[in-house]
Amino acid sequence: MKLSKILMIAAAILPLFLFVFPMWNITLEAPQYPIPLGIDISLNKMEGANEGDIQNIDLMNHYVGMKPLPTEMKEFDIFPIVIISMSLLGLIFAFIGNKKLYIVWFVLMAILGTAGMYDFYLWLYDYGHNLDPKAAIKMPGQAYMPPVLGSKQILNFTAHSYPMLGSIFLFVGVCLSPVAFYVALKEERKK
Amino acid sequence: MKVAFKIFFLSAFIASIFALSGCGNNGGSKSGALTSSAANRVFIPPGEHDEFYAFMSGGFSGQLAVHGLPSGRLFKVIPVFSVDAEKAYGFNEETKPMLNTSYGFIPWDDSHHPDISQTNGELDGRWIFINANNTPRIARISLETFETEEIIEIPNSAGNHSSSFITENTEYVVAGTRFSVPVPQRDMPISEYKGNFKGALSFISVDKDHGDMEIAFQIMMPGFDYDLSHPGRGKSHGWFFFTTYNTEEASTLLEVNASQNDKDFIAAVNWKKAEEYIKAGKFKTMKANYAHNVYDEDTHTATSTMKKSVKVLDPAELPGLVYFLPTPKSPHGCDVDPSGEYIVGNGKLAASLTVHSFTKMQKAIKEEKFDGDAYGIPILNFDAINAGTVMQPGLGPLHTEFDANGYAYTTFFISSEVVKWQLGTWKVIDRKPTYYSVGHLMIPGGNSRKPFGKYLVALNKITKDRYLPTGPEVCHSAQLYDITGDKMELLLDFPTIGEPHYAAGAPASLIAPNSKKIYRLEDNKHPYVAKSEKETKVVRKGKDVHVYMTMIRSHFAPDNIEGIKVGDRVYFHVTNLEQDYDVPHGISIIGANTSELLIMPGQTETFVWEPKQVGVWPFYCTDFCSALHQEMQGYVRVSPKSSNIKLSWSLDGE
Repeated sequence: MKLSKILMIAAAILPLFLFVFPMWNITLEAPQYPIPLGIDISLNKMEGANEGDIQNIDLMNHYVGMKPLPTEMKEFDIFPIVIISMSLLGLIFAFIGNKKLYIVWFVLMAILGTAGMYDFYLWLYDYGHNLDPKAAIKMPGQAYMPPVLGSKQILNFTAHSYPMLGSIFLFVGVCLSPVAFYVALKEERKK
Repeated sequence: MKVAFKIFFLSAFIASIFALSGCGNNGGSKSGALTSSAANRVFIPPGEHDEFYAFMSGGFSGQLAVHGLPSGRLFKVIPVFSVDAEKAYGFNEETKPMLNTSYGFIPWDDSHHPDISQTNGELDGRWIFINANNTPRIARISLETFETEEIIEIPNSAGNHSSSFITENTEYVVAGTRFSVPVPQRDMPISEYKGNFKGALSFISVDKDHGDMEIAFQIMMPGFDYDLSHPGRGKSHGWFFFTTYNTEEASTLLEVNASQNDKDFIAAVNWKKAEEYIKAGKFKTMKANYAHNVYDEDTHTATSTMKKSVKVLDPAELPGLVYFLPTPKSPHGCDVDPSGEYIVGNGKLAASLTVHSFTKMQKAIKEEKFDGDAYGIPILNFDAINAGTVMQPGLGPLHTEFDANGYAYTTFFISSEVVKWQLGTWKVIDRKPTYYSVGHLMIPGGNSRKPFGKYLVALNKITKDRYLPTGPEVCHSAQLYDITGDKMELLLDFPTIGEPHYAAGAPASLIAPNSKKIYRLEDNKHPYVAKSEKETKVVRKGKDVHVYMTMIRSHFAPDNIEGIKVGDRVYFHVTNLEQDYDVPHGISIIGANTSELLIMPGQTETFVWEPKQVGVWPFYCTDFCSALHQEMQGYVRVSPKSSNIKLSWSLDGE
């Protein structure tokens, strides 16, 4: 089998690791939490980094009027379908073996990835800004939005937001498709 | 960057010069330098942990205190045999059964000798046991939750003092009788003590997985006072040694009448032999009545069961079960060295310290070197079993512990000191004063096969002027010595609760990693649990009203209750919904004739309130839990007996 094809198959399969590993983590550090609180976001659910973290984050956030972390989101239904579909499409493209299709897949994934990040941003924005007007603690002008990527001080907490293993597999997979294209190009020239 | 580093090193260099010159200036004051070096060795910087746990008996407080070593800091007082209003122990409905006995509910006792469970003769850090001296009982405390899990009463016993010491695989926890009594109890003249009173030695089996205790058998001994005991270990595993006094069998003015015999005994009990006799059916089943109280971690509730019989062995009829080792002058502590070869009898009225040899004892038994018998129990010849004598080490030896290097450390009550001596040579190596009148001492693991011989804690009976005075009643005290060198060094004094009779220590690394953080709510099987606010309700059953209440930062659910009437018995069953470490909540209501509840995350506890007056009565969270702790409150409306107001409950109008 051609190397380019193998690379494209790998590119298409790697995103499936999102079903095994979480894609994103938000960690909250504060002096009272020697073991920080954390949320691991997966394709179809959110989990505490440690048992009880979701409840404990909700408990803290309710004082400033933030909504509880969602157990159900439309994204949890859509994302798995998108990933499976795109993997299948990638595999079909690999077996067709047309290098242009590799680039088509790359562009599609890039668009979907950006859309996903934008969706994540929108959710974070709403989570940090859409506050209960009856909240016990009101800080004029203060929002509680964690960063999309990076670290940020929010009152007594330092919030860290970084990709986890699942996203790294996805990223590597997406990057492999132009490599497959390039290798395919070289293979054709050799002929 | 480079410049910054240079400045840093330069300033560090200058600082060190100042520091050195500072030392030179202080050189003149010798005690100052010593004090600061001791201070450094007991100082635990903020946020760092101690190297050892020390579990100190609470003596007449009935409890068990948890300290850290070398800092001496007090972390927790575990309620065991006495009620504790702070933790609702013995006050809430769940723990009241823990203090049930054949005499009914008892709110107090005198706790003495803690001992940590062992596997293969080494501390395993699973449980700690402690005895109640006054109303004989043994308690087992979990070292995961640091809570009392089980208490068993000891029938046919009184003055449960030679207790609670455990065998090297925690097969048994052993309890002896200090005040012999008629067995079974009956109405008889006290003057007929001699020959009629008995001293039971109880062997309580411990389930090796869950720790459940059961009285396996009792050995019914002559009416002496069985003072202290320790298990054999290593080569002497299978034996248990008890010191005795009052072999005179006096029943009055014991301070004189029980101090007449030149030698009393150490009773050597072959418990493996006892097991054989039990298997062979050589026991008598005696009627008895004793309480067995167990706390269930899933229901967060204790139950008390009355047991009705006990198996009894008679040593006069069962050869090879017990031998007496003659030991001078009313021996107190009975201590076995880490190898199991030496049995130290601390003759508290003797001028020297007697050490018996287990090997010689075995030989003497084989060769039947007996000097008669006492009530059918053979007395071994003193010279045939004696390993050696530490000559005139001090006055009033009480207790001995060991390090891992062949040294023993004995406390002397009358001369108020700790003396270090060498096993085998019986030579005194070092002595250090204690302040004052030391009783027990403790070296972590010092009564196991593997002592951790870094620190020695002396437990003093008298403090006088050692601390700021607090009126006529002043604290008892522990003193910490460094024993890593040839000479012992006094590092620290620290106050203790009650009277610390004995202590048990273990490396923190053995226990701390297993310490529980929360109770999982989903494992809560309390019959009145409410696992969410949706499950909260108020149910009336005649005059009894059951409130299924929850608490979470920072409110109760429900927090308004109406329809309660004067004369009702209101049970508040309160569940802490938190699942975060170190977020307990408390609750009490005005006029409650009981203690607060202090409820750990995931736990359910119950208190009873009997409202006596019409009105609206507030309750509140008693443990500062959160920024809005002050808002964590609610009201109960109490109406007259004849009222028709319907039972209702709400949170935020819902």
